[in-house]
Amino acid sequence: MRYLICIKQTPDTAELPKVKPEEAASGRLSVQLVVNPWDEHALEGGIRMMETYGGEASAITVGGEDAIERLRSALAMGCKDATLVKDTTADAWGVATLLAAAVRKMGNVTYVITGQMTVDGNSGTLPVALGRALGWPVLTGVARVVSADEKGITVERIVGQARHTVTAPAPAVLAVVKEIGEPRYPTFINIRKAARAEIPVWTPADLGVKVPVPVVHMSDFRKPPAREAKVVLFNGTPDEAAQALLDALLAEKVL
Amino acid sequence: MDFTFTAEHEQVRRAVREFAAREILPYIKENDRKQTFDRSLLPKMAAAGLLGISVPVRYGGAGFDYISLGIVAEELEYADTSARVIISVHNALNSLGVFQWGTEEQKQMFLVPQARGEKIAAFCLTEPGAGTDVAALRSVARRDGSDYIISGEKTWISLADVADHFLWFAKTDPHADPPHKGITAFMITRDMKGVTTGTIHGKLGVRAGNTGWVHCDEVRVPASHRIGFEGEGFKIAMSCLDNGRYTVAAGALGLTRAALDASLAYARSRKTFGVEIGQHQLVKRMISLMVQRVEIGRLLVYRAGWMKNMGMRNTRETALAKWYCTDASFESASDAIQIHGAYGYSDEYDVERFLRNSKGAVIYEGTRELQQLLQADYALGYREDKPLRCELPAYDPVYWQSEA
Ligand SMILES: Cc1cc2nc3c(=O)[nH]c(=O)nc-3n(C[C@H](O)[C@H](O)[C@H](O)COP(=O)(O)OP(=O)(O)OC[C@H]3O[C@@H](n4cnc5c(N)ncnc54)[C@H](O)[C@@H]3O)c2cc1C
Ligand SMILES: Cc1cc2nc3c(=O)[nH]c(=O)nc-3n(C[C@H](O)[C@H](O)[C@H](O)COP(=O)(O)OP(=O)(O)OC[C@H]3O[C@@H](n4cnc5c(N)ncnc54)[C@H](O)[C@@H]3O)c2cc1C
Repeated sequence: MRYLICIKQTPDTAELPKVKPEEAASGRLSVQLVVNPWDEHALEGGIRMMETYGGEASAITVGGEDAIERLRSALAMGCKDATLVKDTTADAWGVATLLAAAVRKMGNVTYVITGQMTVDGNSGTLPVALGRALGWPVLTGVARVVSADEKGITVERIVGQARHTVTAPAPAVLAVVKEIGEPRYPTFINIRKAARAEIPVWTPADLGVKVPVPVVHMSDFRKPPAREAKVVLFNGTPDEAAQALLDALLAEKVL
Repeated sequence: MDFTFTAEHEQVRRAVREFAAREILPYIKENDRKQTFDRSLLPKMAAAGLLGISVPVRYGGAGFDYISLGIVAEELEYADTSARVIISVHNALNSLGVFQWGTEEQKQMFLVPQARGEKIAAFCLTEPGAGTDVAALRSVARRDGSDYIISGEKTWISLADVADHFLWFAKTDPHADPPHKGITAFMITRDMKGVTTGTIHGKLGVRAGNTGWVHCDEVRVPASHRIGFEGEGFKIAMSCLDNGRYTVAAGALGLTRAALDASLAYARSRKTFGVEIGQHQLVKRMISLMVQRVEIGRLLVYRAGWMKNMGMRNTRETALAKWYCTDASFESASDAIQIHGAYGYSDEYDVERFLRNSKGAVIYEGTRELQQLLQADYALGYREDKPLRCELPAYDPVYWQSEA
């Protein structure tokens, strides 16, 4: 069995507020880039499936050359190989089209595993789009894999506070949630292997597809305005200061 | 000359930093306050491969070089001394000792599980009546057929209450002249009858670390657990210290860096007399000294690491790095508190912990005074290192990284 884990390079969550709209539009970000935190759970989920059910876990991303470093992180966690599909123009449907073409080119993928969404785009549409592009069943909200083999898979999905147990035939697309497992540390041996690994780069032409022209555009994004804090020092004797504070609190309708 | 770290070294540094940020820093204040050793850290360090970082892959390690070992120590102590101490005793003092002096059978028996982190290792030299004066130790090992019977008391032993394997130094010839020629090394395991351990509380620093005593009461140890020949124990202990001191020096460098970083952040944010305190000349002086200590320390530490990689004897250079870096970290931590004013004097900030942690390393693995005597004796020609029967092998990436 082969598990293909789809990861995306995103800004570090702590750095997200620093991203400017112009940068986001151009795709060239000056902030610290990491593996999308949700996708770290996808990596953990896929590697655990490899350990439990046998086969190989592979990582793939659609992005620029710099995304190769993120693939190295996936290898350091334990993926056996990784592939970069080089494109920075596609929207979610375009990425799904490219990934579906890559899956077909590989020919032996049993399960595609994705995170639940990305911390930058936040659309959560990719797994569904990919299922559509491949014509495979899609299981979202996967919190636990109960059993899996060449023929099919049984998983637990988290639905609000409840859990569903569902079954689907292979091949299938799984979108996992963080309950699938805490991402593991890279081991030092894997870090070394990852640093030396040859990572193939496929272009849309190699895959024989044209990147669909994006139909969804982000024209603007607004951040909540920074909160303004007011600092007032009340002077005078303790009684005067207390009275002034009380007046101020009443005026602000805090009391 | 080449002063650059390789890309692989940088990756190791990044990985250890991430590990420390996730597994140590969030809990350290609490563990330090409560004097608790976080045992759950060990399996995590093992899984990452930290507990065998510089041991060849064929012996269960990760196959990285001695410079990487220094980097691991530096980055762990940047977070907390207690984590670096694990590396000093488990990796350097014990495991590298077995790697250097053990037979192939002993490497399989002890080094492999230690490098994988399945067994935790400690180093038992100090006794109530023998610290700096190692030759005064009173543990005895008496031959009995194919076994030895060992009795004695060790104290101030890092990981005493945690470790499974104890590299133990005892006298097989209590009347040897000079006395250090009567010392022999043994690997004692916790499951042997007559081994008891306990923890010392109330330490000034390294309060999140485990330090204690180990007692052997007529413990029967098979001769196959004797490391090296009878009478070779003192030399073995000293070559273990060549590696232990290296990690202590590298760790102290990390602590000095931590003191500097904390001081820079505070000096840029605290204002007195209308300006950031970083603008005051006397504050600048403290900052500049810390910068100097980091740079000198780095040169001394990684020269020693490089010499180990090359297979060169480095007793003098490692001891110098240990002396300099531990003194430097104590001074830097003290200056960092000074820069923080009253806030540095409370555990709201980390710098008071830095000072408490830094003092131990000025004492263990050879006190500052012993280091000074060593350096003077080398300079005066009173001391010279003679070749050892078993030298620490030079780093050979092909040998280290191949499976067998
Ligand atoms: C936190 C911690 C962890 C430790 N972990 C370990 C461990 O894992 N394994 C282990 O075996 N030991 C360990 N030790 C013990 C440590 O190695 C000893 O404390 C150290 O060697 C000093 O010995 P001592 O404490 O008996 O001091 P002493 O030897 O009694 O020295 C007292 C003072 O006299 C000075 N002095 C002694 N002789 C001379 C001399 N000839 N000339 C000038 N000055 C001299 C010393 O420098 C020191 O200032 C640890 C200690 C600490 C604090
Ligand atoms: C245990 C303890 C008890 C105390 N008890 C009392 C008490 O009873 N009553 C009381 O009023 N206060 C008390 N204090 C407060 C103490 O007096 C202040 O901490 C001290 O004056 C320093 O002020 P600060 O901590 O705000 O440091 P800061 O003034 O912020 O100084 C920070 C650093 O900048 C340096 N610095 C500041 N200005 C300059 C300059 N112009 N040039 C060069 N360097 C400069 C300082 O030397 C220091 O290194 C106590 C403090 C402690 C720790």
